[in-house]
Amino acid sequence: MQPTSLVNIGDYSRDDIFRILQSALKFKQNPNRDLLKGRVCATLFFEPSTRTRLSFETAVNRLRGRIVGFSDSATSSSAKGESLKDTIKMVGNYADLIIMRHHLEGSARYASEISPVPVINAGDGSNQHPTQTMLDLFTIYETQGTLENLTITIVGDLKYGRAVHSLIHGLSHFNPTFNFVAPEELHIPDKYKTFCDSKNIPYKEFTDFSADSINNADILYMTRVQKERFTDLMEYEKVKNVYVLHNDMLDDSKDNLKVLHPLPRVKEINQNVDDNPKAYYFEQAKNGMYTRQAIICDLMGIETNLL
Amino acid sequence: MRKELQVAALEKGTAIDHIPTNAVFKVVSLLKLQSINNRITIGNNLKSNKMGHKGIIKVADKFFKEDELNRIALVAPNVNLNIIRNFEVVEKKKVVLPDEIVEIMKCNNPKCITNNEPMKTRFHVIDKENVELQCHYCELKIRKEEVVLL
Repeated sequence: MQPTSLVNIGDYSRDDIFRILQSALKFKQNPNRDLLKGRVCATLFFEPSTRTRLSFETAVNRLRGRIVGFSDSATSSSAKGESLKDTIKMVGNYADLIIMRHHLEGSARYASEISPVPVINAGDGSNQHPTQTMLDLFTIYETQGTLENLTITIVGDLKYGRAVHSLIHGLSHFNPTFNFVAPEELHIPDKYKTFCDSKNIPYKEFTDFSADSINNADILYMTRVQKERFTDLMEYEKVKNVYVLHNDMLDDSKDNLKVLHPLPRVKEINQNVDDNPKAYYFEQAKNGMYTRQAIICDLMGIETNLL
Repeated sequence: MRKELQVAALEKGTAIDHIPTNAVFKVVSLLKLQSINNRITIGNNLKSNKMGHKGIIKVADKFFKEDELNRIALVAPNVNLNIIRNFEVVEKKKVVLPDEIVEIMKCNNPKCITNNEPMKTRFHVIDKENVELQCHYCELKIRKEEVVLL
């Protein structure tokens, strides 16, 4: 059965993921279509997020859909104490689709259970952000021509990084090999190692960020090491410049390597990498729009095969 | 030597035996025994050959529904249930942890939607043997010793 909402990347099967990726490829060729003409999409951003909201809203606008919603809960009725349930019930009466970001974990699952229209989770606290995962998968697929049998090196905050955890889940259908590169304090949680073991996914762990973990990779996925994640600030000072990618570190990397980052970037990718053809993070962000067009149309049952 | 019963015998009703001593009052709460008027005998820290010490709860004239009793498995998965009629044990039962636990425990994540909206909690039992649950909403995993009843 096709999913009726997108709350967690785990709700999507391998076939569902492929259907979305194929559709996103077509949207990338021509993103301006009339497919959502006459439809209204609600963007309910109880927590502000400029990048994700603009990506969704541009996706809808380019398909000629209309947008209603709010970008900050201070301007919504939740500031008056309205329950999430009531807000969702009300908006579900007005709009054909709900795109929501909320600071509480599990809010999107709950919304999908009470909403009369499909719900897309645009981030629920530190829990899930499945459209980020889908755009990561799309970018990997687009640049490598496949999702199968790839080596992915993931660098930075592997403990709290929501994008990282979902990416491991999303790639698990496709026989990946992982290199996990992180400081001791932010190493990959045991539950993800157990998950990899249960799926026979090979992985190596590194505390050094060096050529060893880069040169055999097809994808180098960088993330931000955030100061506020450290209990010991001395530890942060020690590692803050260790997990930074410089252009010369890519000298002996594979020709097909692409560097990805969920953005915003701070210092973890030196600006001297930006002009390297292997740097793909800005294109990755752009791909978010096409992927979201594909997800929106899929959930609304709009045929995109004829594009 | 005369063998004395540690807790008075029941004419008819339900006896819940071999409750771990730290779970007796949780079982009381799970079965909502505080709000029924039946005669209830609670014994705790009684000697047990099997467990060292144990608790026991006898509820007169009360036969619980299966799903009510299965809630006990959350805090005491190995209890013995004896259904008693006319001073005789007519049926022995084991509790079975259901696949899903709704409404009787809280999620330990303060940022979970269930702790912030007037709604029912819901957990999937992901490991019946070791009693591990996962919040249906925020996906937090909770071990048996971390269970907090509502």
